[in-house]
Amino acid sequence: MTSKSKWLSTPYVLWSVIFIIIPLGMIFYYGLTDKTGAFTLENIAAIMTAEHAKALWLSILLSFISTVICFLLAYPLAMILANMKVSQHSFIILIFILPMWMNFLLRTLAWQTLLEKTGVINNILTFLHLPNINIINTPYAIILGMVYNFLPFMVIPLYNVLSKIDENVINAAKDLGANNIYTFFRIILPLSIPGIISGITMVFVPALTTFVISTLLGGSKILLIGNVIEQEFTQASNWHLGSGLSIVLMIFIILNMVASAVFDKDGEGAML
Amino acid sequence: MKNMAKKIYIALIFIFLYAPIVTLMVLSFNASKTRAKWGGFTLKWYIELFQNRDIMEALWNTLLIAVISSLVATIIGTIACVSMSTMKRKSRSVLLGITNIPMLNADIVTGISLMLLFISFGFRFGLGTILMSHITFNIPYVILSVMPRMKQLNPSTYEAALDLGASHIMAFFKVIFPDLLPGIMSGLLMAFTMSLDDFIITHFTKGAGVDTLSTKIYTEVKKGIKPEMYALSTIIFVTVLLLLFLVNMSPAGKEEKVEKTEK
Repeated sequence: MTSKSKWLSTPYVLWSVIFIIIPLGMIFYYGLTDKTGAFTLENIAAIMTAEHAKALWLSILLSFISTVICFLLAYPLAMILANMKVSQHSFIILIFILPMWMNFLLRTLAWQTLLEKTGVINNILTFLHLPNINIINTPYAIILGMVYNFLPFMVIPLYNVLSKIDENVINAAKDLGANNIYTFFRIILPLSIPGIISGITMVFVPALTTFVISTLLGGSKILLIGNVIEQEFTQASNWHLGSGLSIVLMIFIILNMVASAVFDKDGEGAML
Repeated sequence: MKNMAKKIYIALIFIFLYAPIVTLMVLSFNASKTRAKWGGFTLKWYIELFQNRDIMEALWNTLLIAVISSLVATIIGTIACVSMSTMKRKSRSVLLGITNIPMLNADIVTGISLMLLFISFGFRFGLGTILMSHITFNIPYVILSVMPRMKQLNPSTYEAALDLGASHIMAFFKVIFPDLLPGIMSGLLMAFTMSLDDFIITHFTKGAGVDTLSTKIYTEVKKGIKPEMYALSTIIFVTVLLLLFLVNMSPAGKEEKVEKTEK
């Protein structure tokens, strides 16, 4: 199209400078200064204090476990769905987006009802003469909440790449004598790496930084790094410390972005 | 046998995803006010819902923000996509990189950064600040769903329209826009859904006294959720389900289906 249409991007460029670039700059400004406005690294070093380091470690651990579980659950599911040859791709994606129309907080709270000592799941287990589970208000419940909330974000990118793999490539591998397992590890898995990378990003980042799931399912005793930051802003009003800790979080996110840039040059595994 | 295992696996995942939703629907008919026990069937909460002014106001705010933010984001995002396709490769990848920031960054960081911006520049916290934040995180969803369509476009058709005497605007709406439409619609739907379901960013950018459904529920968590909320979310969910069903049944929906199977 004509070069005239270049200026059409002005509204978006302006918008992203004002609402994306400048706000990020604000976080760095607050994170790297103290209350008098002098430069300091104290807010970032604060991550090393016992309380914060423990919260960060727990967040990394729980989000790592959740990401692994999501991947293990989602990959076979995405493969089955991709092989079903459903005529309408958007329908499958819709099924995973649909739960989002019920409020995220209510859906997560519903797990309390399901998991409680006398809750639905335990009633069923008792009926089947199986041992009860008591995971509410423990880190296990938080993991469950993370897997529940973020599983669709793993399934959709995986489904997208897997359904695009050319069947001829798989048939060629089999014609050349590869068995199913060999075909999977040498053909299907490498071709789905863009989807794996974006799936991992879409699950790990929100899980690492959540404060809602830990509040709703972990009781009030389990603090994740997200809870610490949230409290600095809403209760303690120490924006400098909160921003400093946010910068630490961003380091993890940037590492993740670098990894996806390396593996996924064309952005093909994007969510949509 | 293998097919059976596959079906069971899909079924189990679906039970996992939809069990909380069924739970909420059941709770909306529960006569007992606590979640823990079943007190018999009632429609009381559905009647009380419409008399609860707080919830109705939060619902209104939520819908208003979702509608306006997704529409504005769709317009800005679509225009950005069109102009990005004419940009040089380098400036385009910079802009796409910036677009990815709200998608890849943590919601809590996005929320905090916007809150700091609004405070520093003296914005008044309220519906306006929520709206600006939602537009910000919605634009990437629109761009990411319109961009692939943009890449598939055949530029010759646009040039042909110009050669045949159409103005730039007319050529855009007659030739490019119809091709982009499916991408624009899915971007709009995605943006609307994300806005409706957002809690974290709204939590940091809302003012005192202004609530969306999400923030209202969050403040109610400690006191106990009002059962009217379950009733409301059931109504919303069922409405969406029916709408989607109707869209899929309509002739337009079928055409789309055919188009997709052909590819």
